[in-house]
Amino acid sequence: MTATTTTTRPLLEAKGIIKVLGSGAAEVKALKGVNLDLVPGELTLLMGPSGSGKTTLLSILGCILSPTSGSLTIAGHSTEGLNAEGLADLRRRHVGFVFQAYNLVPTLTALENVMLALDLRGASLAHAPALAHQALAAVGLSHRTNASPSKLSGGEKQRVAIARALAGSPSVILADEPTAALDSENGRAVMALLAEVAKDTCRAVLVVTHDHRTLSYGDRLIRIEDGRIVGRARRRTPTIAPEAEREMTLPVAA
Amino acid sequence: MKVHANTLDPAMPSPSDRAGALGAAMPMIPKLAYRNLFHDRLSLTVTLVGIVFSVVLVAVQFGLYLGSENRIAAMFDHVTADLWVVPYGTKSFDDPALLNGRERHPILSTPGVAGVQELAVGFVNWRKRGGGTTAALLVGSDTTPVGSLPWDITQGSTAALSAPSAVAVDDTYFGELGIERTGDQAEVNNTQVTVTAVTHGIRSFTTLPYVFTTLATARTLLDAAPDQASYMLVRVAAGSDIEAVRAALAARLPDADILTHHEFRKRSLDYWLFETGAGAALIAGAILGIIVGIVIVAQTLYASTKDHLNEFATLRALGASARYIHKVILMQAILSAAIGYVLGMMLSFVVIWASSKTTLLIVMTPKLGLLLLVLTVGMCTLAAICAIFKVTRIDPAVVFSR
Repeated sequence: MTATTTTTRPLLEAKGIIKVLGSGAAEVKALKGVNLDLVPGELTLLMGPSGSGKTTLLSILGCILSPTSGSLTIAGHSTEGLNAEGLADLRRRHVGFVFQAYNLVPTLTALENVMLALDLRGASLAHAPALAHQALAAVGLSHRTNASPSKLSGGEKQRVAIARALAGSPSVILADEPTAALDSENGRAVMALLAEVAKDTCRAVLVVTHDHRTLSYGDRLIRIEDGRIVGRARRRTPTIAPEAEREMTLPVAA
Repeated sequence: MKVHANTLDPAMPSPSDRAGALGAAMPMIPKLAYRNLFHDRLSLTVTLVGIVFSVVLVAVQFGLYLGSENRIAAMFDHVTADLWVVPYGTKSFDDPALLNGRERHPILSTPGVAGVQELAVGFVNWRKRGGGTTAALLVGSDTTPVGSLPWDITQGSTAALSAPSAVAVDDTYFGELGIERTGDQAEVNNTQVTVTAVTHGIRSFTTLPYVFTTLATARTLLDAAPDQASYMLVRVAAGSDIEAVRAALAARLPDADILTHHEFRKRSLDYWLFETGAGAALIAGAILGIIVGIVIVAQTLYASTKDHLNEFATLRALGASARYIHKVILMQAILSAAIGYVLGMMLSFVVIWASSKTTLLIVMTPKLGLLLLVLTVGMCTLAAICAIFKVTRIDPAVVFSR
């Protein structure tokens, strides 16, 4: 396992990202010059201890927060100078989210939750239900379309969340601890799904995780500590070998 | 499991999916608003109670206002005149005085005047046959062609008033006047009168009973001179300019006010509704109802928005524009308004029906119904502003909160 560079044009490119949170005595430099690329067809794992800046970085990469300095380009669109609405527009068109707590709308069914993402993107009313059905079928939930989130298991909820992210056909999918609330079986299923999404759809997928069981699904591993990227690693082979997990947990080269 | 990007191409829904698509094809904003609204039934109930209370209160207040207008303007709506000659400074129809009695000939000799009709109106003392007295407002008019005073006769007839000392009273005042049927007798200003006609529903705004009679009987009972009247109703000849006739009459009758029919009607309405403060109190009650409604709806909508803040933050994180989220909240407000309006109107009609058996007159018109709908939607929309402010400040980063 060694660090490599990619020649593929990145779908997401972050350069010199600095984020200062708070002000005065409470000022905290959460990110201290982060450079990161996400390329299509890859699932990248972002790991680091609590307080290392993972969530702040994810928020910036997802256009939810603006960096104090540095540049971010998603699918060729720079975020520079964009206001809150401009950022919302960019993430609506190019970013899909999968959250740790699923964040499904509890009053809507699985199908409607997916349709909601399509509605945000302006999908026509005539096509949205069919597309939502397809997205749910893609994550293996054709039989649960009319179930409300309260009737779904954790793994099913997360798969609905992935279907919701997929339905918008985003360039980049950002997943925040997607397996944290799941048992190992469901966690593996969700990671396998995200790995499929990354490969079959030629999208870039970034998964923030603490869960070392997810290592075997990543194409790349980025380690962040104290607001800095302290290590990067890339898998050599396109297939996941049984020993990959062990290999990827080794200290990685900066 | 294979996930293919092209299977999610919006342009390519499979035919088998189209049938299902049709069933689920409902706009998401109303659906989300509806589900949010009905998710918390208790909160919805509180909201609806607030709106219904507000709608009923405003409907009753405005209904009473319209009812008051109807009562104040009733006389004007049942006689025809182009111009009214009234004692100088008369504030309303129910505030009568007598003209000096020398107006009839100058009026008739004024160019452009086609005819004149006299009304003798005055307060009288009504003594019941069984004892006890009450004040009443006597209205004396010739039976033709001034219009139809009185109207809505249920017993007897206008012609029966031509009998000596004959009067007509309204059955809603029977108790106050000590009358039970036609043929009953009483004393008006110490003169015996006989009830020969009975009306239904002619009530005054002041609650003072109207007593109708002929002009001659009224003059006798009011102790007026044979030529005296309270009001002279002037009909202007076809083709004549009303303003020119009015100016000519004003020049000839310096001790009288010459008012158009509309002006005297409005003067009477303004006096009773605004100068006495009665109408202002009704309008204030309606405004209070609107304010209470806004506060209740704002509070519950705000609470509902707070309850769903995480979902709104998720929507924001998924890229929803602020406008999209505002639409959801506004839709919740409008749905609340629509449901509250329907329930409120149903209850209002029950109140109106119940009041029809009392002396209260609450009027509901299509225009008032429409006004209430606009007010309800406006009230709920205004109430949504607090919730919109709250949701505007959402930090979508909260979706990453553990």
